[in-house]
Amino acid sequence: MASEVQAFDLLLAVLLLWLAWRALASADLFKAVVQYIVFGLLLALAWIRLGAPDVALAEAAIGAGLAGALLLDTLARIGRAGVRDEARPLRLTRRRAGVALAVVGLAAALVAVLLALPPAMPGLSAEAMAQLERSGVSNPVTATLLNYRAHDTLLEIGVLLLAVLGVWVLDAEPRLDQAEAPAPLHWLVRVLLPLAVVVGGYLLWVGAHAPGGAFQGGALLAAGGVLLHLARPFALGSGWLVRLAAVGGFAVFLLVGLAMLLLGGGFLHFPPGQAGTWILLIETAAMLSIALMLVVLFVGRSRGAG
Amino acid sequence: MSLALLYGLVGVGLVAMGLYAALAARHLLRRLLGFNVLGAGVFMLFIAHATRAVDAAGRPDPVPHALVITGIVVAVSATALALALLRRLHARHGRPTLPEDREG
Repeated sequence: MASEVQAFDLLLAVLLLWLAWRALASADLFKAVVQYIVFGLLLALAWIRLGAPDVALAEAAIGAGLAGALLLDTLARIGRAGVRDEARPLRLTRRRAGVALAVVGLAAALVAVLLALPPAMPGLSAEAMAQLERSGVSNPVTATLLNYRAHDTLLEIGVLLLAVLGVWVLDAEPRLDQAEAPAPLHWLVRVLLPLAVVVGGYLLWVGAHAPGGAFQGGALLAAGGVLLHLARPFALGSGWLVRLAAVGGFAVFLLVGLAMLLLGGGFLHFPPGQAGTWILLIETAAMLSIALMLVVLFVGRSRGAG
Repeated sequence: MSLALLYGLVGVGLVAMGLYAALAARHLLRRLLGFNVLGAGVFMLFIAHATRAVDAAGRPDPVPHALVITGIVVAVSATALALALLRRLHARHGRPTLPEDREG
C-alpha cells in the first residue's frame, strides 16, 4: 500500500465531502438518496486506498447497494407528498445555532486529537498475524471476525435478526402498485442472478485466505434476491421455513460456540486443528441467513405477489 | 501529510456534517441519512487510524477492519428498522416528521 498522499486522494477527499453534503442538503430527497449511494461507492474506493479491501466489498454491497435500495424503496412507498421537504432543509436558523456550535466544537476537538497523534502507533497487527496459523484461516480480517472476536460477529447476526423481527412486526403498509416489470429487467435477472449465486459462493470460500467472507457473499446473494423481487414480486411470508432460515445463522453460530464450551475449550474457542472446518460451517449458515434476512428487510412481510 | 491524517480529516468532516443533519433536519429520512453519514465518518476515522499501525509487511491493522465490517452490517440493520418505523409513522400521521417538528 502506497502511503504517500497522491492527487487521487485529494480529489477523492473533496468528492466524498461534497457528495456527503449534497446527500444531506439536497431539497429533493430522491436526489439526496442517489447522491448518498454514489457517496457509498466512492467510500468503497477510499477503503481500497486505505488497504481495507474486505471493508470495501462490504461497503459496496451492503452500505451503498442494499442501504440504497432500502432508502429508495421507502421513498417510493411514502409517495410524492411525503418526499417533499423545505427548499433549504439544513439552513442555519437561530434554533439550530446551538447544534451547529456544538458540532463545530466537536469537529475542532477531533481535529486537535488527530493532529496530536503520532504517525505510527502499535496496533494489534502483530498479535493478529502471530496467531493466524492457529486461527484456521489465512485472511487476518476473517480470522478476527470468526475467531479472535467471534462474539462480535455472533451478536452482529443477532442485531440483524432483531431488525428483521422489528420490520416483521411493523410492516403493515399498503402494497405498491406493481407495474409490469420491463423486459430488460427480466433479461438482467436471468444474467445476474446465477452470477450473484456463483460469486456469493466464491466470496464465502475465498474469504478464508483473501478479501471476502460470509457478509460480502450474503449481501451479493441478497442483491440477487432483491433484483428477482423487482422483476417478479414474491412474498416471503413468515412461514416456518423462512423463520428457520432467518434464525439458522445465529443458531448454528451459538450451537457451535456452546459445543466448544462442552468440549472444554471455552465458548467459541476453536481447537487450532479444526478451526477452519468450524469457521466454514458457521460462515455457510451465516451467509444463507444473512442473505435471507437482508431480502426480508427489503421485501417486508406482506408485500409482493400483488 | 499522511494518508491517515488526510482521511482522518475527511472522517471528522463527515462526522460533523452527519451529526448536524441528524440533529437539525426535520424530515426523518434526512435525519436518517445524517445518521448514516455520521457512521461513515466514524468508520473513516477508524480505518484511517488502522494505517498508523502497519505490520512489518506494510499491512494495516486488520482488527479495525473487522470491526468496521461488523459496524456496516449493524448500521444497515438499524437503518432498515428505522425506515420501517418511518413508514409506519407516515402511514399513521401522513407526515414523515416528528410531532415537535411540525410547527414553524
